[in-house]
Amino acid sequence: MGKKSKALPEINASSMADIAFLLLIFFLVTTEIAIDEGITVTLPPYSDEPPPPVESNDRNTLTVNVNSRDQLLVEEELMDVKELRSATMKFIDNNGLDPAMSDSPQEAIVSFKGDRGTSYEMYIEVYNELRGAYNDLRDNVSKRKFGKIYEDLIDTAQINEVKQLYPIRISEAEPTDFGASGS
Amino acid sequence: MSKFVKKPRQAPAINTSSLPDIIFILLFFFMVATRMRETDIKVKQVLPQATEMEKLEKKDLLSYIYIGEPEKKYQKDLGTAPRLQLNDQLATVEDIGPFVEAEKAKMPDENRAKIIMALKVDKDVNVGIITDVKTELRKSNALKLTYITTQRMERR
Repeated sequence: MGKKSKALPEINASSMADIAFLLLIFFLVTTEIAIDEGITVTLPPYSDEPPPPVESNDRNTLTVNVNSRDQLLVEEELMDVKELRSATMKFIDNNGLDPAMSDSPQEAIVSFKGDRGTSYEMYIEVYNELRGAYNDLRDNVSKRKFGKIYEDLIDTAQINEVKQLYPIRISEAEPTDFGASGS
Repeated sequence: MSKFVKKPRQAPAINTSSLPDIIFILLFFFMVATRMRETDIKVKQVLPQATEMEKLEKKDLLSYIYIGEPEKKYQKDLGTAPRLQLNDQLATVEDIGPFVEAEKAKMPDENRAKIIMALKVDKDVNVGIITDVKTELRKSNALKLTYITTQRMERR
């Protein structure tokens, strides 16, 4: 070969990292990691006539009220939110033992009523506890029968069986309007 | 002594040619795991905490309603009363009906009945406004609703 073999000049790639960093930072700023989680509820369809009044002294109804000062009243008695879950579970899972509580989980209704002045934080906390009571009961029965918690069940028949044992029946009444001055 | 006096040595150059690759991997991770911010939120958003949430997997069914008091910089014009935000603009409760219709129109036909309204509500808001929103949603037949919350860390 006549030509002297020349070594290829090395391309300086040190700025490549900077460019990639710029892109990375751009994506960090303009995007968000989507991890939304929520408590899902289904609303009743709208009708103009007011719903039938809930029989509050019925043994199958657990009345849960929250007033505008975020105080919790369960069956006409003051209660701390921390106790709400176990009280609700006891009520639902009574199966006719205590004459003041439900006949069976299928018939038990939790009637939840807030006030327009209740804070959303308290509202969610109470709703979360009520939902948690049902979830815990479902987990218990699911563990006993199928050996895993409700969320991990895959078989539709099994899921439906647990759902039938503990149907979620939380009814929400139109809130009272005693302390809505803030809203 | 001379044993310990070292000849000044040139530090070997660190090979950085793989650095871009590492950064690119990071970049791809973020491109895949995140999504674009769609709205600029104008109301205060400190979400309440809860434990009994479900993951909302079906993003295309969700429509967001933000409620909270306006951010500091808007408070001079708007006051501090809680406001609704639909998409990019502040709205009132009456705007929810048309909003739901518009959101449904954006979806393919088979999904319209399954629309889920995601409520992102500041924890200091009163329940009253939420009740009004829920009544409007019932009127416009969007009955599935989810309260977006954050995970409560401490166990009781």
